[in-house]
Amino acid sequence: MNAARWPREHPEANRLLHVSPATGRISDKRVEHLPELLRAGDLLVVNDAATLPAALHGRTEQGASIELRLLGPEAEGTWTAVLFGTGDWRMRTEDRPAPPALPVGTRLTLGTLTACVVEVLPPSPRLLRVAFDAQGATLWAGLYASGRPIQYSYLAGPLALWHLQTAYAARPWAAEAPSAGLPLNWTLLLELRRKGVRFASLTHAAGLSSTGDAALDAALPRPERFDIPAATVEAIHATRAAGGRVIAVGTTVVRALEGRAVQSGGTLFPGEGVTDLLMGPGFVPHVVNGLFTGVHEPTTSHYTLLQAFAPLPLLREAAQIAEKLGYLGHEFGDSCLIL
Amino acid sequence: MKLAGKAVLVTGASRGLGEALMKRLARKGARVVGVSRHPQEMEAVAAALRAEGHVAHALSYDVGDKEAIYPLVGAASALVGPLDILVHNASTLGPTPLPLLLDTACEDLSQVLEVNLVGPFRLTKAVAGAMAMRGSGVVVHITSDAAVSAYPRWGAYAVSKLALEHLGRIWAAELEGTGVRFFNVDPGEMDTKMHADALPDADPATLSRPDDVAARLLGLLERAEAVASGSRLEAARLEAA
Repeated sequence: MNAARWPREHPEANRLLHVSPATGRISDKRVEHLPELLRAGDLLVVNDAATLPAALHGRTEQGASIELRLLGPEAEGTWTAVLFGTGDWRMRTEDRPAPPALPVGTRLTLGTLTACVVEVLPPSPRLLRVAFDAQGATLWAGLYASGRPIQYSYLAGPLALWHLQTAYAARPWAAEAPSAGLPLNWTLLLELRRKGVRFASLTHAAGLSSTGDAALDAALPRPERFDIPAATVEAIHATRAAGGRVIAVGTTVVRALEGRAVQSGGTLFPGEGVTDLLMGPGFVPHVVNGLFTGVHEPTTSHYTLLQAFAPLPLLREAAQIAEKLGYLGHEFGDSCLIL
Repeated sequence: MKLAGKAVLVTGASRGLGEALMKRLARKGARVVGVSRHPQEMEAVAAALRAEGHVAHALSYDVGDKEAIYPLVGAASALVGPLDILVHNASTLGPTPLPLLLDTACEDLSQVLEVNLVGPFRLTKAVAGAMAMRGSGVVVHITSDAAVSAYPRWGAYAVSKLALEHLGRIWAAELEGTGVRFFNVDPGEMDTKMHADALPDADPATLSRPDDVAARLLGLLERAEAVASGSRLEAARLEAA
């Protein structure tokens, strides 16, 4: 499948492959047809994480050129991050020269910010915990002044932050955009609402999709933090009690909701948490009935997750149809509804 | 709306009404971010509130700068959480002494519109979607009676405020039923630097104190659910919190 190489001006006109596990039917639609595919009483759950300017270029105190891609904040003002060597997004991650080993205590200059390596984490010397010298508003202003959004070599040019924000983005928790929601504009959302579809949100810290480091890539997705508001838990219970369907916008929403449910014996409760849940064939979702997502390559972890919602032969058929019809993949690509 | 614990962003918060509003909000228990083009003054306001034990942060951006909007909203949301209240208080008169329209440079009119109209539009666009998704939020435009009366020499400022008010009414109409409310508030003539820049000969004794106007604005925010979204409100007629 070819990659979409640039954000589209009217993503609501993106193609939408509707895969129905109940009937085995696959149909070629547009995202703007979603109101025909959902019903009054359905609940759409979105990930409202804004996308971070998580790629920071800089130097070690020895002068080596490096890039840090931040995953997210940890305890005591530290951040986990993946280290890259010289070069930038224009180069495929797997082709980038290896970065220097940065032992604990190494000082880094990253744009207007300075930081120190405080821990090297398994499974790769490229996975670090760093502490910034700045805190609070100074740190955040520094991140926005010095960081760029993470992007990959298939894109046609450098992205601005606004290219990667959903129409309902709130706290900047996502290292990479929760991209399933990018085609949802407010014309479409308000039309769904008029139809009786309800919305709820959670925040999930979507991590990196690729690092080019075999050991690290094999460990993706890493545990990710989430925050589920009480109103979202109530809306999910009310929807299921009334016979409505809970539809996740993006695999990160599935991971947050099912991750929380698995941790608590099948029940949902609100609040922050961290999930390391990996779903695949045989996983029975407790909370989510359907999924609105991008079109994913059969080799990705996203695709493995889809098998919790539809049998592999149907997903393979859907992938073949998407390929044949010229669907585009990746964050600015076309969409898929498994429901 | 109960203000304790709410996440609030106030623009133009380093002095005048914005500063007074930020102080009153923080002292009510709101988690407040103030933004201004003046980093030292802004940080002094926030630091004083933190010293009192309140949650207050200072950011330095120009709301008329397109590139500033996502950094500003992202940093504010990271610091205090998803925004519940957004107050568009920052504005510019353009060059002073205020010129007649025939003497107003086209670039100066554009600059006033960027700061007073397009900036607030961009900022609301980056914030109100998350509010609508969560089903609640308040956006306040600080306007002026110059938006209503055709005062000579106030041309650039006045048209920016009239357009801002209409923007507020259209936001309100489009997001009706989502739980996001929009108010246009005319604070009246206040004893501020901006007023002195525009009318240096005014007698301060005849002007309202920004803190009194801030108290009335807090009253509005606390009663927000009972006030029609899209309303134009004169601070002098509002009940103080």
